[in-house]
Amino acid sequence: MTTDRNRSDRTGSTRRQFLVGGAVAGVGAAAAIGIDLALTSGMDAAPAASGSTPQDGADIVPFYGAHQAGIDTAAQTYGTFVALDLLPEVQRDAQRRMMKVLTDDAARLTRGEPALADSEPELAIARARLTVTFGFGPEFVARAGGSGPSWLKPLPAFSIDRLEPAYTGGDLLIQVAADDPLVVAHATRMLLKDSRSFTTVRWVQQGFRRSAGAYPERSMRNLFGQVDGTVNPEAGTADFDEVVWSSDGWLAGGTGMVVRRIRMTLDTWDKLDRSGREQSVGRTLDTGAPLTGTAETDDPDFEARNALGFPVIPEFSHMRRARSDNPRERILRRPYNYDDAPTGGALSDSGLIFASFQADIDAQFVPMQQRLADLDLLNEWTIPIGSAVFAVPPGCAEGGFVGETLLS
Amino acid sequence: MNTRISTRFGILLVAAALGLAGCASGSTSTPATTEADSVTITNAWVKAADSGMSAAFGVLENSGETDATIVSVSSDASSMMELHEVVDDGSGSMVMQEKDGGFVVPAGGSLTLEPGGYHFMLMDLTAPLVAGEEATFTVTFEDGSTMEFVAPVKDFTGANENYNGGDMDMGDDHSGMDMGGDDQ
Repeated sequence: MTTDRNRSDRTGSTRRQFLVGGAVAGVGAAAAIGIDLALTSGMDAAPAASGSTPQDGADIVPFYGAHQAGIDTAAQTYGTFVALDLLPEVQRDAQRRMMKVLTDDAARLTRGEPALADSEPELAIARARLTVTFGFGPEFVARAGGSGPSWLKPLPAFSIDRLEPAYTGGDLLIQVAADDPLVVAHATRMLLKDSRSFTTVRWVQQGFRRSAGAYPERSMRNLFGQVDGTVNPEAGTADFDEVVWSSDGWLAGGTGMVVRRIRMTLDTWDKLDRSGREQSVGRTLDTGAPLTGTAETDDPDFEARNALGFPVIPEFSHMRRARSDNPRERILRRPYNYDDAPTGGALSDSGLIFASFQADIDAQFVPMQQRLADLDLLNEWTIPIGSAVFAVPPGCAEGGFVGETLLS
Repeated sequence: MNTRISTRFGILLVAAALGLAGCASGSTSTPATTEADSVTITNAWVKAADSGMSAAFGVLENSGETDATIVSVSSDASSMMELHEVVDDGSGSMVMQEKDGGFVVPAGGSLTLEPGGYHFMLMDLTAPLVAGEEATFTVTFEDGSTMEFVAPVKDFTGANENYNGGDMDMGDDHSGMDMGGDDQ
């Protein structure tokens, strides 16, 4: 219903919007700290994926395949990201053993079967579209004696970054996602138990999207209320394949993954009025449509001007800054919200676990992030506090294991 | 615990001998259906341990029309193995002991080997069992037929049953796992 009221508001409010836009421009110029939340093609890229089909706790996402699941899978409601560090003595042979064990765990759990030695088998019977996705950090590939893709390294230091070691880096990433939080918790616990003799936990980030059918729009919303992921490539298309999948050596069939923790300062965001919020991203809040359109999937018109001669979609808006004329500079956003317990008298500790997949991080992600760091009004309310890069190996067939192209 | 081990030891040796015989003759040449032909094991795994003792688990299923009895098990991973059950020792403590009469896999049924219950006991590891490796076992049935299976090694914190009140934890650090030495 909120949506309806906003929509009717909107139809008659074009001019008011322009006026507010001028006010926001001032704020934006001051801000220009740039950040990243934006980053990616923006709050505009939405997965074809999220929750467009009715949620069914019995649904299974196949584990085995040319690609790992959890990338072109319609984003599940809950996601936990775990970064592990290899113990000093763990080298190639131990890495291979670990990946065999973790692969077997993941294959069984995603089928709704207990892992071997699962001490809570009753928790394993639910499927809930569980996926487990593994990514290798620079150190993992180095220890394996492999040569990583050139982009497998920490991202360049962006001016907006305030990175905290507690959320940065990692040798092995495990993304566990499902439509049920208990399924995610059990799978994560099982995988961590089987990682214990090889690794230590570096960081854990727990996130959520929305339950299927809970909201009308195709893309998820972040805690600013903005749609997120509108312009994502659509799984199953040649476009998606080109954006996401690598064809490079042991990584062929895999991809590159960026995980950044973006704190969203909700308390200062609260000071911004509705039109200002829409200007900051370049989209309306109700439908997620570009400020020049009426539907979320409408193409933005960056040339359109308002009565005062300003661009309808501001130059400093997140969407405008994320877009590139270079079609190569696109990514697949697959983020999750986080809303943790606040400390130190704050009202909230909230933000976005920004996760994106792209075949070549240097060619596709970094230029976009750099533009956003240089200028993006959203930077005023968003702070990157964690950052990590992983090479996500291809999937495997039954009897094989994830990482075999590197470790065998 | 020493007492019980000692009394069982003779039986163990006999079982080991049978196992060897079974291996030598093989089970494939006999036209009649053997016990091994009817039995399969699924979801097998063995607990990681640096030295001393460990245990293997899984689900045995018998598709045959007669019960199949496992009388022994062997593996290169352990110099000695036993068929164990976990029982109440009468004082409320759960303890491991060798299973009298072996493991019976009922006709058309199954027998689950699991922590806290029946298990294949590795009495003295010949080398560390590390997670992600595999161990091969040979099960010998009452009729002399044998079945070989491979079990992946997994880290597992449980399966720490005592042996008659002794502290013979399996796996992890091997404090309390020196039972084999006591028994020699």
